[in-house]
Amino acid sequence: METVRALFFARYRDLVGTSEVEVQIPELPEGESFTVRDLVHQVRERGEPFSRLPPDATVAVNRHVAGARQPVRAGDEVAFLPPVAGG
Amino acid sequence: MAGSDAWGARLTDEPIDPAQVLARVGSPAHGAVLLFLGTVRNHADGRGVRGLRYEAYGSMAQDVLEALTKEAAQALDRGRVYAVHRVGNLEVGEVSVAVAVSSPHRAQAFEVGRNFMDELKVRLPVWKHERYADGDADWVDGSRIQPPTERPTERPDEPPDEPPIERPVERPVEPPTEP
Repeated sequence: METVRALFFARYRDLVGTSEVEVQIPELPEGESFTVRDLVHQVRERGEPFSRLPPDATVAVNRHVAGARQPVRAGDEVAFLPPVAGG
Repeated sequence: MAGSDAWGARLTDEPIDPAQVLARVGSPAHGAVLLFLGTVRNHADGRGVRGLRYEAYGSMAQDVLEALTKEAAQALDRGRVYAVHRVGNLEVGEVSVAVAVSSPHRAQAFEVGRNFMDELKVRLPVWKHERYADGDADWVDGSRIQPPTERPTERPDEPPDEPPIERPVERPVEPPTEP
């Protein structure tokens, strides 16, 4: 099975208790994509404490903020980004 | 300096020296040099703050900070922009962010400097963990980074996730009637 790295920062890392997990991407029929929305769902399906992550959390794929329908591919770096407060 | 001669940025875990940031901009053709410093405030929402810790998604934050300075430099007419953002533990009064802008004329420098900070606040993947005077500590809830569909300048190849918001029809304001 192919995997992606899921990273958690700041409040989300404290929430789930880890800064990184490996997520397995299911094999899909030709023409279907595993999307950001699917990945967030899969991470939350791990149960407590991951289910406490917001289902509409902002996600970056390979360091670019992604829409919910963006495909996620094996080897991608997917980051869960809480609301930012730089400056 | 990451970037070009006209723009650049970096993250640092050491105190920011404003003079070094200023030294990255300016030109004999520039009549304006602007420096903005963000500093750690001793209060937030009515609570005393003793200090804070900035955490960054380092690789993405570096990319975004560079992109912000590039966009700002491109909004100037032959200007320069350089920015530094601090990470790690900071005390009250320390500089958290510095941006220097230089341009031929001052109006553009002011405008671009302000816009740069407004964009940084909503796009830079950096988080603030405040230590309060009462001994408590917590993450600050800031701004959600908007996905690219709402910022069409990036990744225009992505399909929109939501239908476009319908703007309410603007109606003319009725003039007040005479008493």
